[in-house]
Amino acid sequence: MEHTPPPFFKRGPAPVVRLAFFASLSFALLILDARFRYVDGLRDVLALAAYPFQKAATAPITLAQRTTEFFVSQAQLRSENSALRAELLNAARDAQRYQTASAELAQLRRANDMRTRFDRQTIPAEVLYTGRDPYDYKVVLDKGRQHAVTAGSLVIDADGAIGQITRVHTLVSEVTLITDKAQAIPVQIVRNGLRAVAFGAGASGMIELRFLPANADVLTGDRLVTSGIDGSYPAGVAVATVVRVERDAQQAFARVVCEPVAGVDRSRYVLVLAGEDLRPDYPLAEQARRSAKRRSSAGNRRGAE
Amino acid sequence: MAPNKPQHILQPVRPSTIVASFSVALLLAFLPWPDMRYVPDFVALVLVFWCVHQPRLIGLGVGWVIGLVADAGNGVLLGQHALAYALLAFFAITLSRRILWFGPWYQALHVAPLLLLAEAVVMVVRLAAGAALPGWPILIGPLIGAALWPLVSWLLLLPQRRALEAGAL
Repeated sequence: MEHTPPPFFKRGPAPVVRLAFFASLSFALLILDARFRYVDGLRDVLALAAYPFQKAATAPITLAQRTTEFFVSQAQLRSENSALRAELLNAARDAQRYQTASAELAQLRRANDMRTRFDRQTIPAEVLYTGRDPYDYKVVLDKGRQHAVTAGSLVIDADGAIGQITRVHTLVSEVTLITDKAQAIPVQIVRNGLRAVAFGAGASGMIELRFLPANADVLTGDRLVTSGIDGSYPAGVAVATVVRVERDAQQAFARVVCEPVAGVDRSRYVLVLAGEDLRPDYPLAEQARRSAKRRSSAGNRRGAE
Repeated sequence: MAPNKPQHILQPVRPSTIVASFSVALLLAFLPWPDMRYVPDFVALVLVFWCVHQPRLIGLGVGWVIGLVADAGNGVLLGQHALAYALLAFFAITLSRRILWFGPWYQALHVAPLLLLAEAVVMVVRLAAGAALPGWPILIGPLIGAALWPLVSWLLLLPQRRALEAGAL
């Protein structure tokens, strides 16, 4: 007879062993995800599992908002209506000017044999919820791969850029806000066309222009728009306004702090600027040699740097 | 707050109660809170509760899988909450023999360091991945979570207790 404990007391491997197992599994996943991004398929499946909870969590708030919207007073509606009418007139005037201007621009560009900048397809989306993680600045939108959202697209609200799509799931997608420390966006100063790269400044809700020389021509109040030269963003989307310029003789670079013009942490309804990039491939050394053939069949190539 | 008196013999737990409690916790976690740092980690709280009360049913494996779902739902590095919840489950199971002899508020004192540990694990992973220090408000969430422990444990024991009273009548 063997002396084994009765099955009554059997509890599988000891907790320490299990802990070691799951901890090493976690570390493996972390490294695979952080270094190689090998686990995006698994993430997609898990995100689908989390989706009902996300949707259910936001449902009561959406319902409450709709209910309060229903019970607004007539006076309020009237005043809002007249304000909107006035705004519409202004907008219509601007739109007419814009139409003429864009037609003129297209004509001039044709005359100069330059590429026309196409309007991108837009996908309206709603912010489902903000990421639970207090370490980075992300929001989740209610549109995903099924709605033709692609990674790398710019996300804007009525006032300007709020972020970039960094991950697309089946039904939802993640936006890294422009205030995130890891988010870079190529910009241009409207006043003088100076190009720069804007980085998020994290918790302060500001963004910074880095690597600008201390004598760069930047003034407080300068407006920044996307430059469009990176190929993934359209040009001319408002990004931020310079609020502070610090020039320190000890430092090689100026410290330029800007405030986003869009409601980066407030906007609920946003637009995803999708559509493909129509510019030619970034010329590599070997491509440059026989560029003429290549360029006609160029696909889109993002982040070509 | 009704204390969990030792002479109470509770009904056996139904699996549906456990599933429902985790679902509600995930739902609360995904609510659009204005500032995430002050929000306790409800999933961790529920996980600690079941590890303490049902260490045979709920353990490291369940904690790990739920951590993965939380990671994917929040769009953070896959595995950070999984690691934190596996550690949390381990310590909760280790404490499960001891903790139930205390009243609810002393239990909360046991739970607070566990929740702080889980938060610290997530923070260390984030720092290793290159994030900036989040500042001291990050401690508030776990402490509020520990303060909610008596309420949570009273709520989660309710189905078992109510079944008992209905049977007595």
